[in-house]
Amino acid sequence: MTSGTLVAQITDYANRADPYPLYAELRGTPVRREDDGSYLVSTYYEVRSLANDPRLSNDTGNRPAGYARPGQPAPESGLPPSFIFTDPPVHDRLRDTINRPFGPPHSPRFLDGLRGELAKTVTELLDAFEGKDQVDIVEDFSYPLPVTAICRVLGVPREDEPRFHVWADALASSIDPHSGEDGGPEKAQRARQDMGAYLIDLIETKRRHPGPGILSALAPDMTPADLEATAVLLLVAGHETTVNAISNTTLTLLRHPDLLQRFQKEPELAVPLIEEVLRYEPPVQFVPWTTALADIDIAGTTIPKGSPVWLMLAAANRDPKRFQDPDRFDPDRKDNEHLGFYTGIHYCFGAPLARIELHLAVPELFRRVKFSGLLEDPPPYRANAVLRGPRHLPVAIEGLTA
Amino acid sequence: MSADTDVEVLRRQGRIVVVGASLAGLRAAETLRDQGFTGSLTMIGDEPYEPYDRPPLSKQALLGRARPEDTALPRRRDIDAEWRLGVAAAGLDRDAKLVRLANGDTVPYDRLLIATGTRARPWFHPEEAALDGVFVLRTRDDSARLHRKLAGAVSRVLVIGAGFTGSEVASACRELGLDVTVAERGPAPLVGALGGVIGAVADRLQRKKGVDLRCGISVTALEGDEVGRLRRAHLSDGSAIDVDVAVVSLGAMRNTEWLAGSGVAAGPRGIACDAGCRVFDVNGIVTDDIYAAGDVARSPHPLFDYQFLALEHWGNAVEQAEIAAHNMICAGPDRRPHLWLPMFWSSQFGVNIKSVGVPSLGDQLVVAQGALAEERFVAVYGYRGRVIAAASFDGAKWLGFYEQQIAAGAPFPPEYRTVDRRTETLHPIDPAFPDPHLPTHGATVTLTGHSPSERRVAFVPAHA
Amino acid sequence: MPTTVWTERRRLRSLRDRGPRRERVQMRLVVDLNRCQGFAQCVFLAPDVFSLHGGEALLFSPRFDEAQQDRVEKAAAACPVQAILVDYSDEPTKGVKPHVG
Repeated sequence: MTSGTLVAQITDYANRADPYPLYAELRGTPVRREDDGSYLVSTYYEVRSLANDPRLSNDTGNRPAGYARPGQPAPESGLPPSFIFTDPPVHDRLRDTINRPFGPPHSPRFLDGLRGELAKTVTELLDAFEGKDQVDIVEDFSYPLPVTAICRVLGVPREDEPRFHVWADALASSIDPHSGEDGGPEKAQRARQDMGAYLIDLIETKRRHPGPGILSALAPDMTPADLEATAVLLLVAGHETTVNAISNTTLTLLRHPDLLQRFQKEPELAVPLIEEVLRYEPPVQFVPWTTALADIDIAGTTIPKGSPVWLMLAAANRDPKRFQDPDRFDPDRKDNEHLGFYTGIHYCFGAPLARIELHLAVPELFRRVKFSGLLEDPPPYRANAVLRGPRHLPVAIEGLTA
Repeated sequence: MSADTDVEVLRRQGRIVVVGASLAGLRAAETLRDQGFTGSLTMIGDEPYEPYDRPPLSKQALLGRARPEDTALPRRRDIDAEWRLGVAAAGLDRDAKLVRLANGDTVPYDRLLIATGTRARPWFHPEEAALDGVFVLRTRDDSARLHRKLAGAVSRVLVIGAGFTGSEVASACRELGLDVTVAERGPAPLVGALGGVIGAVADRLQRKKGVDLRCGISVTALEGDEVGRLRRAHLSDGSAIDVDVAVVSLGAMRNTEWLAGSGVAAGPRGIACDAGCRVFDVNGIVTDDIYAAGDVARSPHPLFDYQFLALEHWGNAVEQAEIAAHNMICAGPDRRPHLWLPMFWSSQFGVNIKSVGVPSLGDQLVVAQGALAEERFVAVYGYRGRVIAAASFDGAKWLGFYEQQIAAGAPFPPEYRTVDRRTETLHPIDPAFPDPHLPTHGATVTLTGHSPSERRVAFVPAHA
Repeated sequence: MPTTVWTERRRLRSLRDRGPRRERVQMRLVVDLNRCQGFAQCVFLAPDVFSLHGGEALLFSPRFDEAQQDRVEKAAAACPVQAILVDYSDEPTKGVKPHVG
């Protein structure tokens, strides 16, 4: 156990493998003022209430000077923030536009149409396990699938996919509160520029020669800057979150052999099991980029106007006031209204894609692969405290069925 | 031996009768079984159908997306009941503790739940109402008949009344590509429920979608041809239009006539019950064994000055039925009050309209988020300086916050900074509810005064 | 305690608890449209059963056939406000006396 403030401990890499005891401690004071005037909110009803509160802003430009402003592009870049870091009306206009080729009411079957290709990708990835007695679930399965998926959604050519790995990682670190140590901000800036240049080029190509994917469809309706910012957001989110959902599902099942056995006999358990992973080990652990636009009375205290507010989703998902036996991984749980995809107007845009991927990947993985066990528990984690997940998940396998 | 052993005996082997086999009746039955009631359960319904969902009847069923017979409600569990469907209750004998059915049968009870709901108000003139082409819309049979008619060759549909149901019917007709005229007595659609400011938005929305909307107009006569088919409608401004279909959407009447003479406080405004859903008798004394839930009930709500509210909301049927069922089979201290915050939705013209609280109690309104001109906003209503309600057009995600504001009696107008606050709408304005002394059928929330007994009701609107 | 849309949904049992699937041709569902906030997760997962009118108004098919059962279960599980109730009871409405009163 490390020392220092709770925030320091939560963001300390030493606690990445198991931050849950810290979250439990945090819940002791549901709305907790940090020394710098930020507020950490860690209980379910309070997090849900604030995330749905119109006095809470996602635009960190609203923060007083001196506070970190995740999501705000460097002023000299002249770039706009992506829609996740904006408030209505700008947010609603952007999200509605981006949603037109992506989902209902205009394109309700777009994602459904990708299922065939995604299923094929799952099959190919698993076929490659043939003959191996050990695999890294992250490198060999959890990561490649979402990358393929998001590139398909955007319309990024397959051969360009490897370039995004480095960029996405660097950019993801820019929303991680304490990523300064490994040259985070500079690396992120460079990655943003490189990714931006690539995307501007790609968008221009698509404007001239429209093709599949939403970038083509959006090119006529958005400024290049907004479209670039959007593409960056979706690429990073698409790379850095679903991978953790798949890895976390595998890790959790392998840690619960009785459930694994049951799952193999009841494949329809996949659906509630996946939702329970989203509660139990959410890929986005907390949201540190909101700000109070007005004084907010909550849980017997007042969050003053201008305060940064951190919504601790992973802590809220384990709140005993909402979830019975919250530290028990229980796919039979009723009323699993978890915050794994957040809530309110900023509810995860990519959630349906993530679910489609998970519904395809998880049953197939466990249908075809005979696991002997985890080779490293806890596995090594990625640096990011917000987008938390294993960097590698080495497992021993005994065989592969067709 | 405590008096509560009565409750134990009741739970084990009592006889519970539910009159009304729709949403409220079904949810009550499920709750009774879920809470451990193992006695006999009888469900009585005047329609010959198992409980079905009504909201799709004015939308999916008219659009052909669902057949009216496909609206049977999913059940949360088995209820092990005896069903008497297709037979109406005709009377109540409180001394003998039995319900008299229209076919002469009697059904004895230890506990009774009245959930007989409402029926559509028919057109005022019976001969005109009987014309081929004149419809009301309340039941599954109504919906089937109307859908069949709309699927044939129709020249023009006249919707009489632009409340929620009328507006939804007009919306469905437009979606089917039919010409629609809407005649509304008030100054705009939805004014009874949401007031004239929001009504003006609804007005614009309807016209934008091609409705021939006529406000401040009533229909004076429906004229048929020599073989009894509707041909023309005469309007109060002296004009007449050729129509072959008229949908009469003039609100609902509470099914309480069967209780006449029984001694319970039942009348045109509904059956009065306490906050625990126990029915009052005409003297204002609460009964022990008779409960009410759903559209037919009116009960006092602390958030609204303890006025008796009669709600026609789907959510009220569910919540009140669950409370009534729970309370029927438990002892006094375990009873729960029905404190459900009224809430409501309507899908029409591509917009999701929602409200929480009681807008018609509001004396002021402010557009807290969004803009009326964009047809996407949250409007907040105040009553004597407190938030009393909120209504949204495509703003559902924000209403949970305003629910909390209402429940907390938060000050009005809301003075805090929010997202999407447009500076041009900061000043509270009059929500423009029509004069309550003028007839209006739009309200699905009726403030029915402070007295349990109909005879003592003298509701005076509290407008400043 | 006044209900807010965020209090626990009283979900009694899910389809899975019924053991082996019974033979049914058609199944029923209803959406609590008070709870619904237009997240439309159901529409993405079962577009033949759920659709959006405009940006937020949900229209659902109250009856669906066995071919849609998997998708509907996924849709119901995905709903962020757990507003979808899928048929649980198989119980026939016995003892119906069909004469009209």
